[in-house]
Amino acid sequence: MSDARYPVLQMPSAHEVKTRIEAAIPGARAEVDTADEVHFSALVRAGAFEGLSRVAQHRLVYDVFEGELGGAIHALALKTEVS
Amino acid sequence: MSDNEIRTAIAEAISDNDVILFMKGSPAAPACGFSARTVAMLEALETPFAAVDVLPDPRIRQELSALSKWPTIPQLFHKGELVGGCDIVTEMYESGELAQTLGVAATVGAPQDAPAGADPAPAPMGIENRLA
Repeated sequence: MSDARYPVLQMPSAHEVKTRIEAAIPGARAEVDTADEVHFSALVRAGAFEGLSRVAQHRLVYDVFEGELGGAIHALALKTEVS
Repeated sequence: MSDNEIRTAIAEAISDNDVILFMKGSPAAPACGFSARTVAMLEALETPFAAVDVLPDPRIRQELSALSKWPTIPQLFHKGELVGGCDIVTEMYESGELAQTLGVAATVGAPQDAPAGADPAPAPMGIENRLA
């Protein structure tokens, strides 16, 4: 993804997306895939999701990437489960 | 329209319509695969819904997301509450929960795979409520 001619663009890797989700949501485990480092899909399991609606669960994950969705991260397909 | 007027119009549209989808493009000509899939699921349930195209003015999306605290499009609302975006709607459609939530009879054989949706076609239209 890194091209020396375009050093400005910082695309997040699947690993970075995973690490950030797990760091931000206590007890979370994330599996993240990407084909192009722009469109990501993530399965996130967390005890913190207990008792929350799906919308609230997804908001917790979206909040990790506030301002980046639609930007560096074009799309984040999300599935959440209570662990 | 000022940003505030747009936000008020969005809030009114959400409270005036039991089922309303904010999407890219129109149900007849969705301009994004996620919007297309969400429309296809609603149509498969044969539930009437209003649709608002967010593309004609970037402030529609901006004000909607500020109101709903949800960053992505599409956004489906039922009786004033955010149901979710394409991922959640797909999950709920496949489990039969969407039909239940929207109060429509689940089609025979549900749960079922989500319909694929039409190919996205970039044909944005003016902001309007479409009662299908």
